[in-house]
Amino acid sequence: MNRNRLQHQVACMRKSLFDQGYLDEPFIQLEELQDDANPNFVQEIVTLFYTDSARLIQNIEHALNSRPIDFNKLDDYMHQFKGSSSSIGAKKVTNECTVFREYCSAENAEGCIRSFQQVKQEYAILRRKLEVYLQMVGQAAVSQTA
Amino acid sequence: MEAAGEVLRSGSSQELHVLAVDDSYVDRKVIEKLLKVSSCKVTAAESGARALQFLGLDAEKGSLGFNGLKVNLIMTDYSMPEMTGYELLKKIKRSSAFREIPVVIMSSENILTRMDGCLEEGAEEFLVKPVKLSDVKRLMKDCITRGETEEKEGRRVDKMKLEEDNNHTSSPLLSSPSNATPSGCDIATSELLSLPLQSLKRAKFCVGD
Repeated sequence: MNRNRLQHQVACMRKSLFDQGYLDEPFIQLEELQDDANPNFVQEIVTLFYTDSARLIQNIEHALNSRPIDFNKLDDYMHQFKGSSSSIGAKKVTNECTVFREYCSAENAEGCIRSFQQVKQEYAILRRKLEVYLQMVGQAAVSQTA
Repeated sequence: MEAAGEVLRSGSSQELHVLAVDDSYVDRKVIEKLLKVSSCKVTAAESGARALQFLGLDAEKGSLGFNGLKVNLIMTDYSMPEMTGYELLKKIKRSSAFREIPVVIMSSENILTRMDGCLEEGAEEFLVKPVKLSDVKRLMKDCITRGETEEKEGRRVDKMKLEEDNNHTSSPLLSSPSNATPSGCDIATSELLSLPLQSLKRAKFCVGD
């Protein structure tokens, strides 16, 4: 594919990710930290985020299925999840985590279960979009050296 | 036993060495990169206990001597399991060997009482996460300035630590001169005689008669 067209596509997708509120400021910092010494820095951090998230989501599922529900443990897991999504600038995911924590501190089990669905949904959407975006970034980078 | 001079020189290289403590993989990677980009040497620890081990400080027994890393700054997350950043801060500030090392707390939660608590326990600064590159660069600058000031004032902190560890006492005389007067007078004569000249000078002001 034509290099300019690829770069244009990358720029468009990047803009929409920010305009639509999927990504925020911290993601820009990650991109700025990427350099020749660490050419895959963004991908590395994002991959770490996926691994971390998978573990935390599993823990939260388990905690939500336990009876009685340990709200302290739940809040702890969600605090960690919120922390890492905030660190990569995953804005929508972070916001849903905040909603969850509010239900958690109110010890509202139903609210937690409902908002957790939202968290997982936003996470899935972001992950899909990021995978497409980073793949395009990778293609554009390779096309430049051709 | 290393000569005091060697100990002083080992810490005076241009590159700052930062110990970063965070239980989150993502945050640890990010802070590591932020520090490297700011020309620092970084050691990352995933817990307070690990951080203390790196420093050569046993959580129970106190200093284990100079087996640990020489660090210029400690940056720690606040919310960590088992030992919080606040607890780590207290342990460091209550250790005669390491209390001079500036400690910066990082937290995703902007809670005023938490910030105040940390600053009261001697934290240099409280940063709200996510930490920005500009925050890190400013910290490095402050650290270097602080180091230069200490050199100028002739405060050989390393030397004092070495002598303190030799004596295995935490002398009240090593607090700032303005605080020395009330507590200095409680020192027994035998302890006074074993203290280095620098500390004795301050002692003389209160043990006048």
